Amino acid sequence: MIAVKLKHLAHCRSGDKGNTSNIAVIAYSPELFGPLKDQLTAEKFKDWYRGVVNGDVTRYMVEKISALNFVCENALGGGVSRSLCLDNYGKSLSSRILSYPIEVDTSLISSLINYPSQTK
Amino acid sequence: MRGTMALRIGCGSAWWGDRISPAKMLAEKGNLDYLCFETMAEATISAAQVKKRADPSFPGYDTWLDDRLEAALPACLKNKTKIISNQGWINPDGAAERVVYWLRKLGKKGITVASVNGSLISDRVLAITDRVTETGKPTSTLAESLVSAEVYLGAKPIVESLHAGAEIVITGRVADPTLFAAPMMFEFGWDESDIERLGQGYGIGHLLECGAQVTGGYFIDPGFKDVKNPWDLGLPIAEVESDGSAIITKLEGTGGVVDERTVKEQLLYEVHDPSNYITPDVVVDFSQVDIESAGENRIRVSNIRGKPKTDSLKVSLGCKEGYIGEDMFFYAGEGALNRAKIAKKILEERFKIVELKAEEIRIDLLGLNAIHGAMTPAEIDAPYEVAVRVAARTKTRDEALKVGREVDGMAVSGVGMTGKRVPHQERVREIIGVYSSLVNREVISPSVNFFKS
Repeated sequence: MIAVKLKHLAHCRSGDKGNTSNIAVIAYSPELFGPLKDQLTAEKFKDWYRGVVNGDVTRYMVEKISALNFVCENALGGGVSRSLCLDNYGKSLSSRILSYPIEVDTSLISSLINYPSQTK
Repeated sequence: MRGTMALRIGCGSAWWGDRISPAKMLAEKGNLDYLCFETMAEATISAAQVKKRADPSFPGYDTWLDDRLEAALPACLKNKTKIISNQGWINPDGAAERVVYWLRKLGKKGITVASVNGSLISDRVLAITDRVTETGKPTSTLAESLVSAEVYLGAKPIVESLHAGAEIVITGRVADPTLFAAPMMFEFGWDESDIERLGQGYGIGHLLECGAQVTGGYFIDPGFKDVKNPWDLGLPIAEVESDGSAIITKLEGTGGVVDERTVKEQLLYEVHDPSNYITPDVVVDFSQVDIESAGENRIRVSNIRGKPKTDSLKVSLGCKEGYIGEDMFFYAGEGALNRAKIAKKILEERFKIVELKAEEIRIDLLGLNAIHGAMTPAEIDAPYEVAVRVAARTKTRDEALKVGREVDGMAVSGVGMTGKRVPHQERVREIIGVYSSLVNREVISPSVNFFKS
């Protein structure tokens, strides 16, 4: 097993509704979804966003498209129009998860996206 | 009814500020049956009400209406493409009349334009709604600050307009995917009880409603997700089958990409529970969706399911909630971060001296931690350039003005080597807070008006 940044396994997008941000994390392939869904729990996700996501985090899974959808309450500084953050829609929030460490079996290394060892 | 031929629906805009030239290209070359324009955000209606009160000459519809019509209308008329658009905002009749003006200007007589009304419920919202979704308090607690309230209408009045022969339909607030689902319902003859097809159709509408976000916009991450010619992103087209499944593609010859990744990202955009995406006409279930390649920049989307609609419709309530004052100034080169930090301290102390009364004050170091705030990793090297950005939320405009005035003070009474803008831009803005609630759908009755060129 080796730890790699999530960005080599998945891509992401965030959306806003009021004071709630949803952050979708989508594996590049079904085999990369395994470690993602096993390790990236709602609790760990919330911890990674500590200080910004101040409410509950609910994790929804869409196995069919290898995706996790994290719905984060109280995450947009009171809501898009009230927020004092320059990124008041939280469009850049999803990028934070890209650096989350995921343990993967070495057999998966060839499936990772843009992973340094592949380019050497 | 059209039988088995696929219906070609394009998206001409994803929001008010969207680019206009791609819509012109799509209208000209997309071979479309329908071109739909989505131009609203959550606060659009309330902001339009505030603007109307401040400036009675503001007509109350999309401020880019003329530009979008000028770009797309000639080609739509030539290609027999019908238009469905939510550019009516708080004045769908006025927008429809403006469309008629453009039709006459283009020499087109006898074309029917419909306006969909009945979304605005400001005058009775407190009587017909119960609780604020976000706070759990009665909606009557918003009485003092309420600016405007609107209900998210479903497809029925748009379908009625099309049945009556309208070639252009202008609405106020409807749910965004409704703009795209309505022509499917009309063309394929789906009725309100046709839940499976409605689920599919609404799901496809959801994929289209944000325009270029499904064709390579809001997507690029160099090395991981690269996109060809991103300066020339094509707008999306759905080729919809009579069962509601569709191919998502984009205008041929344009930049961008439609692939499994772009479609999956957009599928979950602004969705909470993917098995229960609530719309006015159906609850969409994305959990069993199939997303498969069907050629270059062609993705087949099927197996989106539907569940019966809920008894209620969503309501948005816009409320006046004070003001935000904001400004920024800059440091660069050796020691930039240290100067930014002392500047921040100076501002904090000066806000005390001028007795700034604020609900929240935020002073960020842009380039260091302004965007990700408290979750920014600690082990970051000092940046070469830093902007100090300050914002405060206040009850009154006078308090909000203090923010910019103290930033002015940083010019000659601040830190060495401070870069500062001359304050010609507006540094105070009014806040329209948006809340939501639910209303029993039985008490909402949309209506349609018709206009002829």
